[in-house]
Amino acid sequence: MDGSASMERWVDVCALADVPVRGARRIRIFGHEVAVFRTSNDAVYALDNQCPHKGGPLSEGIVHDEGVTCPLHGLIMHLPTGRALGAETGCVKTYGVRIEDKRVSVRVGI
Amino acid sequence: MTRKSLVVIGNGMAPGRVLETLIEVAPDAYDITIFNAESRVNYNRIMLSPVLSGEQTFDDIIIHGDGWYVEHGITLYKGHKVVAIDRAAKTVTSEHGETVSYDKLLIATGSNPFIIPLPGHDLPGVLTYRDLDDVNAMMIAARSGGRAVVIGGGLLGLEAAAGLLAQGMDVTVLHIMPTLMERQLDPSAGYLLQKELAGRGIDIRTSANTKEILGGSKVEGVLLDDGTEIAADIIVMAVGIRPNHWLAKEAGLDVGRGIKVDGTMQTSDPDIYSVGECVEFEGNCYGLVAPLYEQARVCGLTLAGERSHAFVHTETSTKLKVTGVNLFSGGDFAEADGREEIVFRDAARGVYKRLVLEEDRLVGAVLYGDTADGAWFFQQIREGAAIAPDARDTLIFGPTFMGGAPLDPMAAVAALPDDSEICGCNGISKGKILAAIDKEGLKDLEGVRTCTKASSSCGSCTGLVESLLAFKLGAAFAAPAKKTVCGCTDLAHDEVRRLIVSLSLKSIPAVMQELGWKTSCGCAKCRPALNFYLLASWPVEYVDDGQSRFINERVHANIQKDGTYSVVPRAWGGMTTAAELRAIADVIDKFQIPAVKYTGGQRLDMLGVRKQDLPGVWADLNAAGMVSGHAYGKSLRTVKTCVGTEWCRFGTQDSTGLGIKLEKMMWGSWTPHKVKLGVSGCPRNCAEATCKDIGVICVDSGYELHFGGAAGMEIKGTEILCKVASEGEALEYCAALLQLYREQGFYLERIYRWSARVGLDKVREQIVGDDGNRAALYARFLHAQSFAQTDPWAERASGRVDAHEFRELAPVEG
Repeated sequence: MDGSASMERWVDVCALADVPVRGARRIRIFGHEVAVFRTSNDAVYALDNQCPHKGGPLSEGIVHDEGVTCPLHGLIMHLPTGRALGAETGCVKTYGVRIEDKRVSVRVGI
Repeated sequence: MTRKSLVVIGNGMAPGRVLETLIEVAPDAYDITIFNAESRVNYNRIMLSPVLSGEQTFDDIIIHGDGWYVEHGITLYKGHKVVAIDRAAKTVTSEHGETVSYDKLLIATGSNPFIIPLPGHDLPGVLTYRDLDDVNAMMIAARSGGRAVVIGGGLLGLEAAAGLLAQGMDVTVLHIMPTLMERQLDPSAGYLLQKELAGRGIDIRTSANTKEILGGSKVEGVLLDDGTEIAADIIVMAVGIRPNHWLAKEAGLDVGRGIKVDGTMQTSDPDIYSVGECVEFEGNCYGLVAPLYEQARVCGLTLAGERSHAFVHTETSTKLKVTGVNLFSGGDFAEADGREEIVFRDAARGVYKRLVLEEDRLVGAVLYGDTADGAWFFQQIREGAAIAPDARDTLIFGPTFMGGAPLDPMAAVAALPDDSEICGCNGISKGKILAAIDKEGLKDLEGVRTCTKASSSCGSCTGLVESLLAFKLGAAFAAPAKKTVCGCTDLAHDEVRRLIVSLSLKSIPAVMQELGWKTSCGCAKCRPALNFYLLASWPVEYVDDGQSRFINERVHANIQKDGTYSVVPRAWGGMTTAAELRAIADVIDKFQIPAVKYTGGQRLDMLGVRKQDLPGVWADLNAAGMVSGHAYGKSLRTVKTCVGTEWCRFGTQDSTGLGIKLEKMMWGSWTPHKVKLGVSGCPRNCAEATCKDIGVICVDSGYELHFGGAAGMEIKGTEILCKVASEGEALEYCAALLQLYREQGFYLERIYRWSARVGLDKVREQIVGDDGNRAALYARFLHAQSFAQTDPWAERASGRVDAHEFRELAPVEG
């Protein structure tokens, strides 16, 4: 223990097969809701599951290219950066993702 | 003055045009009677190929509807074949025994498809490709799949092959010559065409000589000269046409290959005229529409008393009506002494152009892949003007390079001389169109079509006509702004719908690949639209793509602002029972559902259900006999009813019963947007049926059917569809209307918007005015429903479908 407040670690969240292609799953990590996305090119991203607009669950949106369209009002969030695309503004926290042995791990701070 | 009697034998495009001309010039000259062997009105025969491929319907290609004949006082005998002409008595007699006398007679019996008298040619399953009956026969045969063999690789044979392929059949084309369409194309273009069609999955065999048609009680295959056998469920003979002149011959008129006429289209009997494919003029017979329309124009003017017009033989040009194949040929392009050619190839783009010059004149052109300059080349051929030596170098690049003019379509049409032909089908020149724009103050394409007929037949010159409008009117011409599906494509909704059918695209990746989507997997706008179009086009084969559905349709519940869901079970016709109410009450208690509300559609809505509880809620509702109400979908929602004759002292019919029958028939169908129905038992209209997508008002004598109402962002009363007498008819008409909407509506377009876009009368015509079409729509709806009516809640409550949606992942704890 080095006592750092920004200590980070990888946590195993699910199997890759648990996340549908062009879809998402949500998972509570240390009491915090995170959405894990998988695109048509099999890239996996993890973002806070809360649209910056009105808090919509991004995990329920349609996944296309490298974006997800929020199911409540249609904001499009860019999965790699967590920024809103187009004319909208807003940003959600993103997490590092690692795939090993067909398992998905997410890097979170404790 | 008594009017003279004109009798017309045949009701195809050529006599139709004769009558149009005649009525325009001398509307009161004749009492007109038409005998038509086909039992229908005049339609655009050159557009049968798009009907076969499913891109258009019969309605789309009607030239003169029933109303036209009534309006002009014309007597039309449908399904009456004329069997005798008595020239001495001046009468004609139909096979049903109808005898009509004439002062002038017009014979337009057209042509018959040529059937090669091979062994087995009369077996059931040997078809030709000539009229709508042939197309219907092919479409019926295609329904059961299998292989079609098309004999003949000319224009008609290839259009038939492409159409049958679009209908889902395996197709083999047998062509006796070494390359396809050898009369219109040179071998290079023939090769490119063969490669293109083979790439689409048509098995093409050239230099193939059919020896025998095989089969016992019906067609089973063909045997070729070289011993090859090919299995076949149907055989289409498309090897050519023969002028149908036997009636004229029996009557003693001069005939050769066809009925001989002079330049005024008069036969050897001065009171008898003839036009169309049955005619022989100076040794030529014609099968393409442009010279036939010219014959018709001359004949119409002659009949009207203007005898100074004469038909002259001219060169013709050809286009192949197979979607996605651009091909043009005109003039004479055979190799011969003293001829030179200019050839341009771009293999990567699949472009081939060949011009044939004799001395210094252009005599023939073949274009494949890029046909934009076809009209201009054809103009040069017809004019026979000398090509200046220094112009030869750039001739193949068309008018845009002649004299270094800039490369844009406006400059190209500006460069055309006034007498250059824009619309080949109707023989309309640039000058005529410009004059009409000036004189009639035309502002748009529809205006040009109405006044000049340009672009109204096959439509391939539409772009040119629009360019002319832009050239003439400048900024005053607003080209119809094309509304694309979304930023992922340059195509509009109607184009995408049409191409899905005509190219047999059966998955979202196939649509995106073949139609050149600009993104790798679309967006939240186009994917749900494509998913619906594919589902509506291919109800049997298409596998629904859940990931392309909005969350509500993916999990069959309505997402709320806090991420919970609402659940609305079906209450058929708004009816419920104590047992259902008890089960709903138990579900509310068991899952601690925070809110319950009566909806405007006579149902109960449970609000605030957690996603992971949905399968449990559904299982309990299912156990009490309830199914999904689809309150979340672009689909059939509620059918609101009043109590009708069952309870109400004013009720005229069993409105509740009809509502329940409608809902039981329609539930589970996906539609372009949501669909709500209402059925009221009397004109007091307690079910508010006149602001629904489809509404029924019961009256003493039957049922008034309504459509196109709205009570949302816009308020709109319904339009009347028609009145029917029986409940059975009410069900059939409503289902046919819903199916028409499913086939034509753009995604997220409510019924009132769709019907305004296509035209209310057009909707009525297709449902009310055409019994056959309505029956076909109804049958297609019931067929699609047989695959759609599975309760999505039961599937998910069982855990077999989309379990990952409702199962929570184990949380990661600290």
